[in-house]
Parts: sequence; C-alpha cells; structure tokens
Amino acid sequence: MKFPIYLDNHSTTRMDPRVLEAMLPYFTEKFGNAASRNHAFGWEAEEAVENARKQIARLIHADPKELVFTSGATESDNLALKGVVEMYREKGDHIITSMTEHRAVLDTAKALETKRGLKVTYLPVDKTGMVSPDDVRNAITDKTILISIMLANNEIGTINPTKEIGKIAKEKGVLFHCDATQGVGKIPVNVQEMGIDLMSFTAHKIYGPKGVGALYVRKKAPRVRIAPQMDGGGHERGMRSGTLPVPLIVGFGKACELCEQEMATESVRLAAMRDRLQAGILKELEEVYLNGHPTQRLPHNLNLSFAYVEGESLLMGVKEIALSSGSACTSATLEPSYVLRALGVGSDLAHSSIRFGLGRFSTDEEIDYTIKRIIEIVTKLREMSPLYEMAKEGIDLKSVQWAVH
Amino acid sequence: MAYSEKVVDHFNNPRNMGSFKKDEEGVGTGIVGAPECGDVMKLQIKVQNDTIVDAKFKTFGCGSAIASSSLATEWMKGKTLEEAAKIKNTDIVQELNLPPVKIHCSVLAEDAIKAALNDYKKKAESK
Repeated sequence: MKFPIYLDNHSTTRMDPRVLEAMLPYFTEKFGNAASRNHAFGWEAEEAVENARKQIARLIHADPKELVFTSGATESDNLALKGVVEMYREKGDHIITSMTEHRAVLDTAKALETKRGLKVTYLPVDKTGMVSPDDVRNAITDKTILISIMLANNEIGTINPTKEIGKIAKEKGVLFHCDATQGVGKIPVNVQEMGIDLMSFTAHKIYGPKGVGALYVRKKAPRVRIAPQMDGGGHERGMRSGTLPVPLIVGFGKACELCEQEMATESVRLAAMRDRLQAGILKELEEVYLNGHPTQRLPHNLNLSFAYVEGESLLMGVKEIALSSGSACTSATLEPSYVLRALGVGSDLAHSSIRFGLGRFSTDEEIDYTIKRIIEIVTKLREMSPLYEMAKEGIDLKSVQWAVH
Repeated sequence: MAYSEKVVDHFNNPRNMGSFKKDEEGVGTGIVGAPECGDVMKLQIKVQNDTIVDAKFKTFGCGSAIASSSLATEWMKGKTLEEAAKIKNTDIVQELNLPPVKIHCSVLAEDAIKAALNDYKKKAESK
C-alpha cells in the first residue's frame, strides 16, 4: 500500500494514464492551433478537438455542436448564469437556485443580485439534501428566466430529482441549467431525458486534466442563447473566445470515453467499497451519522459526522489519508459547512463531519486501512473530548448553557 | 495549512490528558467554549497550599486547540495560583507558532485557565 492514501476524489482525481497518453502528442509534434484554417497543423488540431467533442457529447447524449469549451466548471457556471441573465434580461429578472449549490453558482447568483439587480430564489433542501420539484414549481413566476439546480452535491453526494425539475422547466418554458460537475462520468447523464438546457462539467473530476471544462448549450427545442463573457476571436460559435487548449481537450475527450465504457462496472465497484467503508466504521463506533441521502447519492461518496469529535482534529490524526472536513476551522470565518447547515445538521455535528471520496484507483486494502485508522482516531479523540465525557455522565449537551464565542 | 512541529507533538502526545473528580478536595474546573463554535476546553487544577500540584485537560476542537490546552496544563503545574493567572494567550501563540486564524485557540486556553482558577477560589471561599 502506498501512502498517503487518496480519498478526496470529489476535490480532484488522479489523471488516468490512458488519458495522459492520448494528450502527450498534442503538447509536442501536434501543437497546432485548432483555429488555423490554412495548414496541416491547424487541421490536425481541429480534428483532435472535434473527435474529443464527439467523445464528450456521447457521454451526456448531446450533439457535439452543443458543447462550449471553458477553463473548468467554475467558468461554465459563470458563463451559464451571466450569459443567460444578460441575454434574456428583457424577458425577466428572476432565477431559481438552491442553498446547497457549489459556490461557483451561489456566488455568481449573489454577484448578479448585487451588481445587476437580479432577483434570486434560494430553495431550501430536505434533511437528505434534496431539492423538491414542487418547491421549484412554486417558485416560478412570469419573470423567471432560469432554474439552476445541481445534479449531485459535492459534499454529501445527494442526487437531485433532475429529470422532474427538467420536466417542470419545460412545462413552464423556463431554461434549466444543471451544474453536473460531480455527476458526469459517475452516474448516467442524459441531457435529453433530463430536460437540461445548459450543463456545466469538468475534466479533472473524471480522471482528466485540470484546466478544461465544458458548458452544454442546447441548440434545439429550445435554441438557447447566451451572451459571451469573454470577447475575442469568436471561438466556440462566439460564446467563448480564446485559443482552445488542444491537449487538455483531447484529455477531456479520452476521459469521457473511458467513463462511458467503464462507468457501469466502476460505479458498482465503488458503491460496494463505499458501503463496506460505511458499515465497517458504523459497526465499531456509536453515534456516527450519515449526512446526505441513504440511497440517492453518488456511488463514491460518504459523508459522516462523528459526534463529540471535531473534524479538523480527526483529519490531523489520520494525516496519511487525504480526506476533507466539513468544518472550515481553517478559514477566517470558522463557520462549518453551509451545505450541512442547509440540511439542518446542528453546528456541533457539522463541525464533526468528514467527507470520504473514493475513486477509480481506490483499493480494498486502502479501505480496510481507513476503517481501522478512523476507528482508532475517533476513539482516541473521544477519550480526549469533554463533550463525550459529559454525554457518558448522562448530561444532555443541549441543556448546557455554553458561552458562545 | 501545515501545523507547527510543537502543535503536532502536543496533538500526538497530549500532556496531562484526563479528568479529576470535580468535587475532589482542592480541584478547580474551568469549561469554556461551545460545541456550536467547534471547540470546548475543560481545564482542571489540583491545588495544595496555593500551588498547582497537578493539572488535566480534555478538549473538543482542532489540533491547535488541543495543543493550546495541553501546553496550558504543562505550564500551570508547579506554579502558584498568582503565577498561573499571569499566563497570557500571546505566550501560547508564541510557543506553538500559531497562525492568525488559530489565535482564538490560545484565547480559549487563557479563558480556561482563568475559569479553573476562579472555580478553585470560589470553592475554597465557600468552605
């Protein structure tokens, strides 16, 4: 077993060697600019880009012409929201999103609120982190121009009822943007069946390179138009100017092709490992709580709260395992995860949460080791925890008058 | 964020981790912080003839909070009540090389020291 063990695959993934292999020639001998129309170097690059476009489109059941390459999911989210709001401003000034979206959507929405006077509805989620389609329907007004709801959450892995939301959007004639960064390549995504009009995703979450993403923009029924946010050479049908990063796009395409071929078996394998990790920890430790939906969640996600133990200290105790904590004690705000708060998880348990993100290169041996180490460190930290001691003495921690600082 | 070596050492080998019985003769207990804020410290001292002969802590919090309270027990042991009251959070920050975002851990440790001293004094006076 090699250390450190990587279990933070929601953050980013290790690039698949097959992806790197596909990319390499495009850094050296095949270095052309895909926009060069007059020579073989340009044609070769353009052909590579168009091939990648097909590979990516196939994974999400789109037409290759409906893809706009960007620098990543954050840019795609920005382009979708800002581009639609700018283009459809005369039609309305209201958009609908949810409280557990990624900050690339939330902060873009907030910026549009303050700078452009846009009205934004932030829908709550239920205690599993799911958006209710009825809430979406009820929030729509005659001024609503866009619904932006994520496919699956990056912290808790909960998968939203995307198809139902897409159906409502169609019925009401409102555009539907879906931030599918965590879902593409992990679960089946079909922009036709799901009624998605715009969709953001990126290569580095699916074993591809960092620095490239895409925005799917529907061409037919309806034809979606977005105002470009980057002016220049008019690349990507005028929606996103800038020379295409051919090697990255080739890698993105290869990554999507591999996901298309392997997703069915890979998701089953990862879900089984994830379930074993969950069961192994829960068997030995009391008062461990699952955050998110018990079944409707990404196959490689596990988010647990360990009562009486603070998340950051837990991570410090298992430094040989790369994990993520929902407590942002390192940030200046000291606020725990807004996603967990939106689920109604108390601040105490939000401070105690750990996110496990399995991936293509995770092994059974690593999972066994992780189970053992998590049990050890939680036991040790609970011994050290005054809260655990009080709870064991039968004191109801909620009844204590804490001095909130 | 990387932790300083001293924080890591206190975290891996906490000094004086544990509890005294609260009603034990000569014991003062201070509990500060709140679970909602992500850190709670319990500091206890055992006093004989105005001198702290033993100290213990339990902490729910990040590595820096654990290290701050562990260090506090180490420093309090052997000090008189008056000397212990002079321990400042800035001393803890310096000793553990705490970054700005972790200064609140040292503040909490100082508060816990004061709370334990006050608790002892209150108990001694009520006798």
